[in-house]
Amino acid sequence: MRRQNYRTRAVILSVLLLVILMAIYLSGIFITEDMILGSFLEAKLPPDFQHFFGTDALGRDLFLRTLKGLSVSITIGLAASFISGIIAVLVGIGVACGSKKTEEAITWVIDLFMGIPHIVLIMLISFALGRGFWGVLIGISFTHWCGLARVIRAEVLQLKSEPYVAISKKLGKSGSWIMVHHMLPHLTGQILVGLILMFPHAVLHEASLSFLGFGLSPEQPAIGIILAESMRYLSTGMWWMAVLPGLLLVILVLLIDKLGHLLRIIWDPYSSQG
Amino acid sequence: MPLEAKNLYFKFQKQESWILEDCNIRIEQGERVVILAPSGYGKTTLALLLAGYLKPDKGQILLEEKQLPKEGIYPVQLIFQHPEKAINPRWKLKKVLEEVGEIPEGLLTALGIEKPWLDRFPGELSGGELQRFCVARALMAEPGYLICDEISTMLDTITQAQIWQVILEEAEKRKLGLLIITHNRHLAEKVGSRIVELE
Repeated sequence: MRRQNYRTRAVILSVLLLVILMAIYLSGIFITEDMILGSFLEAKLPPDFQHFFGTDALGRDLFLRTLKGLSVSITIGLAASFISGIIAVLVGIGVACGSKKTEEAITWVIDLFMGIPHIVLIMLISFALGRGFWGVLIGISFTHWCGLARVIRAEVLQLKSEPYVAISKKLGKSGSWIMVHHMLPHLTGQILVGLILMFPHAVLHEASLSFLGFGLSPEQPAIGIILAESMRYLSTGMWWMAVLPGLLLVILVLLIDKLGHLLRIIWDPYSSQG
Repeated sequence: MPLEAKNLYFKFQKQESWILEDCNIRIEQGERVVILAPSGYGKTTLALLLAGYLKPDKGQILLEEKQLPKEGIYPVQLIFQHPEKAINPRWKLKKVLEEVGEIPEGLLTALGIEKPWLDRFPGELSGGELQRFCVARALMAEPGYLICDEISTMLDTITQAQIWQVILEEAEKRKLGLLIITHNRHLAEKVGSRIVELE
């Protein structure tokens, strides 16, 4: 078979990754509460063919629980990075096109947000909002936009100094026309990749927040909760409760990260060959 | 209706000395003025000022005794030295021309722009080919004055000759005022009706 070029391979691989991610997400949706409901007779079983990941202290199937938890994580990750993305785009473009004063003020706010450790800030926001799904979602959304906003600001500033943007202005085009036709096509790639690379961050933060007890409530099948529960049994040698769900989380995050890098290759006009 | 610069002063930073100090120039309609000067004399700065890309610190630029417009198509168009920077790398060349308006077939043929080029990206064409598009775009904007800032420095002689022939023809036809900036004395003598030499 003819060796495909770099870009085609990136497209194929990213479609494959998307399918896997969708599969995890959908399987989580179709797993109902009573499928996870276990019996105490089957508690603390190591992995076998009936229970791929073994069972937990209450006899619930860990594989199903993990999938369900990951699907919740993906929902929160998606929503949070989407909201963060919108904030980042608005702030980034606003800063780059606004006056000197607004630029200084917003840059200061960004520095402030970035100066505080993420997890502490998310904990505070989530706690103030009464934890749970919305607490976590808003906590993560409002803390992850800073990096991307900075990138977009720098990008817009750079684009504004490009000769073809200046020429466009002298050809009688308005500021908004230039924003839509000249700048946004350059930014979409950055925004998309930024969003996708924000996604694993959001997932991991959701997991750690739930793990620490400031996130989703204990009865929810969140990956952080599963890991937190497993800590109690780890010392008695029940490794599967922590290792297997943890591994799946890491794989998920790596897959998304890979997807982000692939999309960067696809979007970047200079990487079509190679 | 001449294009005039009166007592221009310009510098990029506050502490610097003047790049342009009390600079005056007057270009009549249909005139082809060549500025011949070594590097660092502010030729490009003057071009940017006249085409409205920079604002003078003091002095004024007048077209028909009037201030130039702030909005809309600028009546003084500048062709840059580096065509690859003057064209959006994400746009197909068709869109580059359509940014100005309807594509005039005759002009493209005269400039030696081939049909298939229109569907390519800028990265797929050479500097000379791109410069033809920049010339076409500037002419399509129907300016009263055209400033050519070393537009043929990096082109081979055949391309140079072809591009200049089109510009001179169009200038003749439309009574364009040209300001040509170059290092090349032979070119200056060939295309200019008046040569301003700075030393």
